Amino acid sequence: MTDTRQDLKYTKSHEWVRVEADGSVTVGITDHAQALLGDLVFVETPEAGTEATAGEACATVESVKAASDVYAPVSGEIAEANEDLADAPEKVNESPFDQGWLFRIRPSDASELDALMDAEEYAAMVASET
Amino acid sequence: MTLRTTPLHTAHQRAGARLVDFAGWEMPLHYGSQIDEHRAVREAAGVFDVSHMRVVDIAGPDAPGFLRHLLANDVAKLKNSGRALYSCMLTPEGGVIDDLIVYFRGDLGYRLVVNAATAEGDIAHMRASTGGRDVSVEPRPELALLAVQGPEAVAKVAPLLADGLSTAGELRPFAAVWNGGWMVARTGYTGEDGFEIMLPAEQAEAFWDQLLRAGTHPIGLGARDTLRLEAGMNLYGTDMDTSTTPLVSNLGWTVAWEPADRDFIGRAALERQRAEGVPQRLVGLVLDGRGVLRGGTRIETEAGDGVVTSGTFSPTLGVSIALARIPTGSSQSELAAHLRGKAMPVRVVKPPFVRRGKSQLE
Repeated sequence: MTDTRQDLKYTKSHEWVRVEADGSVTVGITDHAQALLGDLVFVETPEAGTEATAGEACATVESVKAASDVYAPVSGEIAEANEDLADAPEKVNESPFDQGWLFRIRPSDASELDALMDAEEYAAMVASET
Repeated sequence: MTLRTTPLHTAHQRAGARLVDFAGWEMPLHYGSQIDEHRAVREAAGVFDVSHMRVVDIAGPDAPGFLRHLLANDVAKLKNSGRALYSCMLTPEGGVIDDLIVYFRGDLGYRLVVNAATAEGDIAHMRASTGGRDVSVEPRPELALLAVQGPEAVAKVAPLLADGLSTAGELRPFAAVWNGGWMVARTGYTGEDGFEIMLPAEQAEAFWDQLLRAGTHPIGLGARDTLRLEAGMNLYGTDMDTSTTPLVSNLGWTVAWEPADRDFIGRAALERQRAEGVPQRLVGLVLDGRGVLRGGTRIETEAGDGVVTSGTFSPTLGVSIALARIPTGSSQSELAAHLRGKAMPVRVVKPPFVRRGKSQLE
């Protein structure tokens, strides 16, 4: 069984989203996603200052099995990326919701967050896929 | 379709395996982390359930003559009982039907171990190729097959073997002993020391449990693939199949051309290809940059395009490695891999990439 955090929002493409106190959002991939991918060997994160568009590829995670795009859950400017992952991609497997975060976005339109799923909806989607 | 399971199915579930469909068998992909399992085999010892592979016994007075016709390598090289060799089994056109290991067991005849996905076709081909010879082709699905590999494999296995098998630890590579329905061979698919062990299915789970209790790590098919690729060994169905000959698959060394009058299936086609010039060769590639070479990745050479047949991330080397089929005319030591829209430089190397835990790269 994989873990789902109650305080996060989720996308259909298995990203999690946490709204921070300053209004920015932190993005990672879910525990379910990392389990499907298997051991990650490379993580490519976006550069701070670049613009991300909701639904478009913004980072890449590559496992022993396959390379997968990570999509921006909302549009906005990349505020920060998790540089530690370049040398330690396994953090995404070990700690997908904490140390394995990928990037942070300053949303240009916070209403895009409303389209995301809550934990219960995400868990139901995962259950229906397996 | 219901997936087939091995005698160790419940043992895998107990060990927390992620099970996947492999050639119609439900097999462990990993038990948590493929990379940790890979390292366990390189640094300590791991056990693989490969009971989906098929043992086929060949016996009868004409068994040697039959196998000398059936296989591209020559079983006449097996002078002593307990010795083994690796061979391809070919179509008349020289395509590879399967690759296998054949063990000579003296008066008992020969024992072949073939791949799971090809087993049924292999057996049909063998039976259709006997040509009236006095020979029996007997699949042994009641045998389980375990591989124990790694620098500590011998130390883990030897104390668990019955008296009649106690010489297993002194076996040379590609040698085997057998007793009481068990057979222990110093062979493997990882580039490490170790054994492949055939045993009655009903004894497999107890032996597996003993190995795990002795500290041997259970290893899934994921790590089996990264280990064999680091060891520079071909995978049937990926690096070669019926559309490719051994000569374009870096397996020319397994074809016994002498004696010239040995008429094996595919011989004429291979001789023709050798005379006309072998159009492609299988080489090793190393990508020093970030990214992972995958099966199908296009390789650009000065003599035309090639293609990655199997590629992965090498946990031992920390970079991506691959086998690729490229035009024979290419002689450059650096080529370009087209990966996710980018051309990345790759080094051409001679496999293996890793042997006995150590990098073979310069």
